[in-house]
Amino acid sequence: MDDERSLLQYLQHISENVSPVDFYLIADNLDRFLAGALVTLQLTFLALLFGGLFAVPLAVARAARTPGLNPAIWGFTYLFRGTPLLVQTYLIYYGLGQFAVVRESFLWDPILSSPWWCVLIAFTLNTTAYTTEFLRGAILSVPNGEIEAARACGMSWWTRLRLVVLPGAFRRALPAYSNEVIFTLHGSVIASVVTLQDLLGVGRWLNGRYYLAYEGYLTAMVFYMIIVFGITRLFRLAERRYLGHLRPREHDELLPMTTSP
Amino acid sequence: MNTVLEYKSILMQGTLVTVSLAVLSLLLSVLLGLLAASLKLSSSRMGRRIGNVYVTLVRSVPDLVLMMLIFYGGQALVNHLGGLTGWWDYVDLNQFIAGVLTLGFIFGAYMAETFRGAILAIPAGQHEAAVACGMNRCQVFRLVTWPQMVRHALPGFSNNWLVLVKSTALVSVIGLHDLVWNAVSAGRSTQQLFSFLSAVLIIYLCITAISDLCLRKLDRRFSAGVERG
Repeated sequence: MDDERSLLQYLQHISENVSPVDFYLIADNLDRFLAGALVTLQLTFLALLFGGLFAVPLAVARAARTPGLNPAIWGFTYLFRGTPLLVQTYLIYYGLGQFAVVRESFLWDPILSSPWWCVLIAFTLNTTAYTTEFLRGAILSVPNGEIEAARACGMSWWTRLRLVVLPGAFRRALPAYSNEVIFTLHGSVIASVVTLQDLLGVGRWLNGRYYLAYEGYLTAMVFYMIIVFGITRLFRLAERRYLGHLRPREHDELLPMTTSP
Repeated sequence: MNTVLEYKSILMQGTLVTVSLAVLSLLLSVLLGLLAASLKLSSSRMGRRIGNVYVTLVRSVPDLVLMMLIFYGGQALVNHLGGLTGWWDYVDLNQFIAGVLTLGFIFGAYMAETFRGAILAIPAGQHEAAVACGMNRCQVFRLVTWPQMVRHALPGFSNNWLVLVKSTALVSVIGLHDLVWNAVSAGRSTQQLFSFLSAVLIIYLCITAISDLCLRKLDRRFSAGVERG
């Protein structure tokens, strides 16, 4: 307890006398930033979860060139990949209220009038579009021989998809997916624009409240960096685990055998 | 729909702001990207470290956070320095300039990675051969590295440009009267936000579709004589 107080006093001292950045104020509001980080992580995680769930069947339909579905899905992904996430969020949060039908429907009160749900819907649709496209690429890059072998074993289309095509495609899509996760995290700052208190929202609140220029944004920035480094680390571990067979061999195990007489 | 057409000129003005913002930031980002890529590939350890910090920092922080930091913090910093040195009075940083600087700064880091990869994709032997032929550094870059680098960098560059165009929407948050800002204010006053925002979506789709077309043409031009895998 004593140590903590002396640390705070130390922070207060340097904030008032030395540093242009008020560390004391940041330390004082750290719990708010943690709550903001929770909102950010929650939105990112849920958007990725639902986006991933929707993207798998869409990508399969697109890779299989299902008539009718394929162009429709292409149109959806083209629309969401070709326009800014900010405008998509605005369209859902502000735009839908233009229609009386929407305002009077049962969805309005709990869902479409709440910024949290609107942001989640926009993020989910956005990440679904991106994930669908690179998952489709990954599915198409599954070697033909694997599929032929599975057919020769007598597997049905569904079994083939479940046991051969999708596991291979998921592995191949892993590096691209780490980018998508980081992009979704970065995109989640848009939540702060529609009044949510995510990490950036807390930063903006702090700066507005105490009339500051740096502190809130800098703290949010550090938090985002920590989260991104955590995600990158996790994906590196996952790639070691699931793409281990593609890694260059670290030490040559054949060497002793060739030199032995 | 008719209301949107009535506000056509405002939307066009906003589109002009958005496009010029995107093009100017692209120019800045290419300059910064070339600089950072050459820093990262340089033999100086300090240079590599600076390049690495810049690229890693920018790519791990969301663009809107950096934009607000540069717009609000940068303004405070400029005025703080002005107050300390007495060299200039209160400066009001223009949103357009802040937007160009921020987007250029952010996408410079992405461009740096694209350019670095493109330069590394050129076999080292070509550089050595050019030096052995007696070319100086400038000639090597202009005649050997640059033409091939452009080809290798084009796919990444196209991607960066498309992301950049979409990021320009964020400047409306710091108050620049771009396409999104104009559409939202027009939509608010007419109570037709959905129609106006749909128009914005269509305009953005047109911009991305046109640039996609142009970039594909450019790609074909620069890949002339190269086998496609």
